[in-house]
Amino acid sequence: MQIWLILGVILLLAAYGYQRGKGGALAAVSGDASQLHSLPSYHGAYVALWAAIPALIACVIWLSAEHQIIEALVVSGLSAESQALEPQRLALLMSDIRNLSSGDIVRADPSLEVQAAAARYTELASISLYAKFAVIAALSAICLFFAKKRIAGQFRARNRVERIVRYIMIAASVIAILTTIGLVLSLLFEAWRFFLRVPFHDFLFGTHWSPQTAIRADQVGASGSFGAIPIFAGTLLITLIAMLIAVPLGLFSAIYMSEYASPRARGAIKPLLEVLAGVPTVVYGLFAALTVGPYVRGFGESFGIDASSESALAAGLVMGVMIIPFVSSLSDDVINAVPQTLRDGSYALGATQSETIRQVVLPAALPGIVGAVLLAVSRAIGETMIVVMAAGLAANLTANPFEAVTTVTVQIVTLLVGDQEFDSSKTLAAFALGLVLFFVTLALNIIALKVVRKYREKYD
Amino acid sequence: MLDSETNSATIADPKVVCRDVSVSYSGKQALFDIDLDIGSHQVTSLIGPSGCGKSTFLRCMNRMNDVIDGCVVTGSISVDGVEILDDEIDAVQLRRRVGMVFQKPNPFPKSIYDNIAYGPRIHGLVRGKDELDEVVQTSLERAGLWEEVKDRLLQPGTGLSGGQQQRLCIARAIAVRPDVILMDEPCSALDPIATARVEELIDELKRSYSIVIVTHSMQQAARVSQRTAFFHLGIVVEVGETEQIFTNPRDERTQGYITGRYG
Amino acid sequence: MTDREQSTGIAVDSAEVKHARKRYRAERRFRMYGVAAIAAAAGMLALLVISIVATGWTAFYQHSIALDVTFEAKVIDPKGGRDPSVLARADYRKLARASLRKLFPDVKKRGDKRKLYGLLSIGVDQQLAELVAADPSLIGQTRRVEIYASDDVDSFLKGFIDREAPESDRRIKDKEIAWLDKLETDGAITSHLNLRFWTKGDSREPELAGFWGAMVGSFFTLLVTLALSFPVGVLAATYLEEFAPKNRWTDIIEVNINNLAAVPSIVFGLLGLAVFLNFFGLPRSAPLVGGMVLALMTLPTIIIASRSALKAVPPSIREAAFGVGASELQVVTHHVVPLALPGILTGAIIGMARALGETAPLLMIGMVAFIVDIPGSVTDPATVMPVQIYLWADSPERAFVARTSAGVMALLGFLMLMNALAVILRKRFERRW
Repeated sequence: MQIWLILGVILLLAAYGYQRGKGGALAAVSGDASQLHSLPSYHGAYVALWAAIPALIACVIWLSAEHQIIEALVVSGLSAESQALEPQRLALLMSDIRNLSSGDIVRADPSLEVQAAAARYTELASISLYAKFAVIAALSAICLFFAKKRIAGQFRARNRVERIVRYIMIAASVIAILTTIGLVLSLLFEAWRFFLRVPFHDFLFGTHWSPQTAIRADQVGASGSFGAIPIFAGTLLITLIAMLIAVPLGLFSAIYMSEYASPRARGAIKPLLEVLAGVPTVVYGLFAALTVGPYVRGFGESFGIDASSESALAAGLVMGVMIIPFVSSLSDDVINAVPQTLRDGSYALGATQSETIRQVVLPAALPGIVGAVLLAVSRAIGETMIVVMAAGLAANLTANPFEAVTTVTVQIVTLLVGDQEFDSSKTLAAFALGLVLFFVTLALNIIALKVVRKYREKYD
Repeated sequence: MLDSETNSATIADPKVVCRDVSVSYSGKQALFDIDLDIGSHQVTSLIGPSGCGKSTFLRCMNRMNDVIDGCVVTGSISVDGVEILDDEIDAVQLRRRVGMVFQKPNPFPKSIYDNIAYGPRIHGLVRGKDELDEVVQTSLERAGLWEEVKDRLLQPGTGLSGGQQQRLCIARAIAVRPDVILMDEPCSALDPIATARVEELIDELKRSYSIVIVTHSMQQAARVSQRTAFFHLGIVVEVGETEQIFTNPRDERTQGYITGRYG
Repeated sequence: MTDREQSTGIAVDSAEVKHARKRYRAERRFRMYGVAAIAAAAGMLALLVISIVATGWTAFYQHSIALDVTFEAKVIDPKGGRDPSVLARADYRKLARASLRKLFPDVKKRGDKRKLYGLLSIGVDQQLAELVAADPSLIGQTRRVEIYASDDVDSFLKGFIDREAPESDRRIKDKEIAWLDKLETDGAITSHLNLRFWTKGDSREPELAGFWGAMVGSFFTLLVTLALSFPVGVLAATYLEEFAPKNRWTDIIEVNINNLAAVPSIVFGLLGLAVFLNFFGLPRSAPLVGGMVLALMTLPTIIIASRSALKAVPPSIREAAFGVGASELQVVTHHVVPLALPGILTGAIIGMARALGETAPLLMIGMVAFIVDIPGSVTDPATVMPVQIYLWADSPERAFVARTSAGVMALLGFLMLMNALAVILRKRFERRW
């Protein structure tokens, strides 16, 4: 609510600034706009931008720092004994304080200390609210005032405005970089905290995965074990099954589409594959769990194989179907990029169409197809919902596609969904897995893009 | 359009006989009732300004136009007395007999050896590795490329120079032992030295094959061919002995073209 | 060898004809692989759609049991103050149960009675409370009210429970079947369109669960996503395409955007959890955070689509504008961007459609909570359509299966709408130069 109010105020001041700037410029040349260096609207825009942008930046900084500062102040007001609590306990205490302050239900009768802290929390929050409001409005007004003072007949308002707009554009472009930095830092930081508890080596090469950690030290199975090999193996198994489905089907669809199909048939097949690509993954997951899983189980049983209803096969199969359009559209592109002269050369020797495709077009397109397959693999590894809904949780180290296996993404979801304190090895393990996932998919992508680019250069 | 007085469209011992050949692309007519004979063991060159239909005509003779959607060819073309526009005739078989070399060298992204071996392999012309080796060697020798590439047969054909690539493509065409070789401006992407080598080659090949060459260069037509046909706006304006066409054209359009008034 | 060399004409010797036949068989086979691959893909799609529709269509109607309910004043409002909060909290279930007992006076045993009451949905009190709240004058009267049947009864009436099956295998026992048959012959069982599904939030009881809450949640989430990713994406694309110098920095940004487009969506969820929730302390389960995460995810898509739309505007337009003395920014804002706008919008809609179907990153930031209330703003706890589908898919009750599939149909409907919009936009406004 408060955020809308602040934004509204900034917007009003900016609108006022626009009017003042425009009017000021016209007044400076006593109404004769042709005397101005820039159009009056640029003068208006100049003042408006000054009124809005510094205030907005201040607002964002304030909002992002507010939470941390208030918490730190509240903690410093707690008793020495509470402050000495280990981080997990302190976090629990803080969440009690926050809940009490915002009027939510608190689990037990809060202690006096918590009540006092909650009151302090409420007080600080309201101080922050008013201060924020005052500071931002003042900042906006001051900037407006100084910008307005610069308005004159020969003031180069248009150039100034254009420069500001350019900075805004650069800032927008940099957001993509900031996102990457944010991704890498947050993953690295949390994963590093995980590796402080679980040795790196044990994580990457351990063969036993059971992340259940005990809350109290004396519980049975007090320390979970975090050997991620079964998870990696499960991910690879499901990815492999998916690729066995997606690569031949996708590739042959692409070949048919680009080499055989008439324009009309192509016009029908392409949207069909696009529909397949547009189905949300949760729908595929439901399909895998509801329809394909039981079917695979029944199929296995009819052959006397003991199949789990959460088999790797069901998840892999559906994932393969999901990836078909991905492979086919990328392959279609690379096959179409093979120059017609090569085909002509082959036809001129009396090759049939399939001979031309198999022996000339496909070898020529191979690097591009390899790139497409790598991208598809990266897609499969990172796919979440299908495996969450159709693959198991048990970290079995097996190559039997009828058994249940688990994957990196499934583990990330199960470790993080539900209420957990943020500092347990269990939740941090999810970030370590996320880090592995991020770098593996990133590496696959970089390699794939490089291969594809090399290939494109060859025929450009 | 043609009368026997100004044209010698027919010859005594034709390899390919074309009568009333018309071509249209999705309704737009590109060639009008072409009558032309291609002689055995000689080079016939097709000249004319760009867009006059000479390449289109060339592509009719091995039905490469089949590959293009919406292209309709009517009339009659017979090779050794066999009507090739007939639906019964298999374009694949035809192209083995009527080979083609393209404007831009288009070696397959395979080794030099595999480039040559591709045709004999798909047509099942050879049995065993030895025979194939022999075919590759003779084809390269005939294309005058053997000495240059014999030590690097397994390197990619795309690594050769432009002129070498074009001779590789010619060797590739020879390897399936065609009767006729069609060449669509085979030297237009080459430098003068490479062009000279290819022209020499063409001159030599005419002993074993009937060659039809489309060219933009009148000097080239004069150098390599025995017969020349001048195409203009989709018709054959004049056809005859090369020498006669260049020294004593009967039609003023031919005259205009060879003296450089248009084209 | 030599005889072939000499041979003239087309394919006459029999060995070659034989070989050609073999080659044509291979040709047909190869072509068949292509047809088979496409048929397999189409078959899978058909199977998916059929299985969803077949399981989901029954969720669009629902059964009720019509009962004569006496709104007794002493149960609802013993003090007679007609205080809304008292009216809302009264024990309406008692009233419904009394009507049921009246219909089946010979049911005496405790267990049987419980079964009898179980025919009605647990939501009966809410349903009656709403009636009374809307019209307090009902108190003291007797009205015929259609009360939702419980999920098992509904499934039974829809024919999912086989009455011939052995009793122990059935969720509906013989006695209940007898009661239902009697109600049926009395004409007390009605079936009607399931309006609740389109107007209410989630519930633990399948017969009460609605999809509207998730739809509103999706709306707020997409609103945030659009508000953030569209302007930023278009600004970034315009800068990179029209203004940026070609140097190492812009190269890095470009490579970075391409790679960001391929980062698994769940990793964005981790980012949201670590940065937005834990570092900045934004509220959990809120469309605001969900929208921010999805905005980061869709940003590369929008930038890439916008750049290719901008690239398609021919340089002659720019030259013409520069020629009349427009500044760089004026050229871009007056000419290039408006001409590229259809392409940009198409890209944005496709990005939004993907965001709408996205589930995994939202699980990370707590949008999986069980939320009954319809969210009223971007900071209220909410869930979104795909997550609601995921939640229902996880529920054990038989009747949730149909609702899950119905939810999928609704989601696919929205996606189809968005894609159709993109297609129309492309068809109508796309210019080819």
